Amino acid sequence: MQARDVAAQEILLPVKPAFIAFTLIAAFIVNLLPWSGALLAIKPDFVALVVLYWCIQQPRKVGFAAAWGFGLLMDVADGSLFGQHALAYSVLAFAGIVLHRRVLMFTMRDQILHVIPLLLANDLIVLAIRRIAGAEFPGYAYFIGSVVAGALWPVLCALLKLPQIPKPDPDHV
Amino acid sequence: MEYSPPPFFKRGPAPLTRLFLCFVLSVALLISDARYKYLDGIRQVVAVVLYPFERLATAPRALLGRIGEFFVTQSALQTENTRLAEQNLQNAATLQKYRALAGENQHLRELLAARERFPDSTLFAEVLYTGRDPFTRRIVVDKGSQAGVRAGQPVIDDAGVIGQVTRVYPWLAEITLITDKEHAVPVQNLRNGLRAVLGGTGSDGRLELKFIPLNADFQNGDRLVTSGIDGVYPPGLPVAEVSNVERNAAFLFARIVCRPLAGVASYGQVLIVNWENKAPQPPAEEATPARGKKPRRGG
Repeated sequence: MQARDVAAQEILLPVKPAFIAFTLIAAFIVNLLPWSGALLAIKPDFVALVVLYWCIQQPRKVGFAAAWGFGLLMDVADGSLFGQHALAYSVLAFAGIVLHRRVLMFTMRDQILHVIPLLLANDLIVLAIRRIAGAEFPGYAYFIGSVVAGALWPVLCALLKLPQIPKPDPDHV
Repeated sequence: MEYSPPPFFKRGPAPLTRLFLCFVLSVALLISDARYKYLDGIRQVVAVVLYPFERLATAPRALLGRIGEFFVTQSALQTENTRLAEQNLQNAATLQKYRALAGENQHLRELLAARERFPDSTLFAEVLYTGRDPFTRRIVVDKGSQAGVRAGQPVIDDAGVIGQVTRVYPWLAEITLITDKEHAVPVQNLRNGLRAVLGGTGSDGRLELKFIPLNADFQNGDRLVTSGIDGVYPPGLPVAEVSNVERNAAFLFARIVCRPLAGVASYGQVLIVNWENKAPQPPAEEATPARGKKPRRGG
């Protein structure tokens, strides 16, 4: 308990807005990779994951505008209904911003237990929109991607925090 | 307003307010897209902006493919060469027969003043990626309106029909596969000429004949070709093979499952057929009050 509190309070450098933009665009391109077959079935939505990460870590810098805009881009790239991802990501951003103090209090394992339901809710919103628009339920495999995304959460946290970790000063004794 | 808080406490509207704003905007977009199709222009513009990203994302796979080609063994090449030579011989024989028949056929058709039935030209396109939307079955190819692709054109590969072009961007085109849930192809049984409608099921490699009476003559292994009565697909293109017939007296219709002949789920090259329906248009609605079924989507 003690050790975790010390680790959670390590002082990080401020994040650069350019880095946030870079990670969001990178996640978007990863989503655009030509996934197929089994990989497509378990592919997490990387944009949703990164948007959620930044809404939890930097709710003052990343919020509804980014979530909604990238949602629209995903809609065009997927050829799906205009606004379905935008709506789902907005709700995700809302959940991230409202819960950001709470989620960061927990250990990594408990953070995953917060992230997976949020991403599943994201999937459910898209599913509900498509059902209303007349599509069929594509099977429960549809939800696997969000569980995989939850498993990727610790990796993502470690990766995106790298530029913020201060370099040890060699002159400091 | 000297009572307003200092600027560093200003955070703009509350999250709930912003969420509500986003919600209203999204729902407005959803309705105008799903119901009224107003947003195709915006979609085109955004798609052009996204084009470099899509090419960037598909580049690694193309590169891997080229590296893989570089390391092909000689024995594999030799085997393939032998196989191709044999196939070429067989094809040559068939082709000669076909040429004679085509000449004869054309002559007869000219005599009958019948219209040409077969597609004139095809456009070669490469599949960039399969659609990521899990609710539909689509692929995206690397030719668009700049190459003369139009929405509604049929798409085939070397074995049969794959689908039809449903959305055209300047350098990309989206093809709805015949396995899509909302797609239907009018077909004809090659063995006995029975006409039917072949619908997708939403899962790869599985099609179903719709509204076939229990006593209709369909058997396993029957080949289905396009009948051409929809004006979208030219007649005579192979589509599917019947793989399972289930007749249950409890239901009104037989359940006939088919397997697509074309490589619907595979990556590779496709041909976009440049075909214009030269059949006379049906008489206008006013002349004959519509009593039949409502027109099918996509078929």
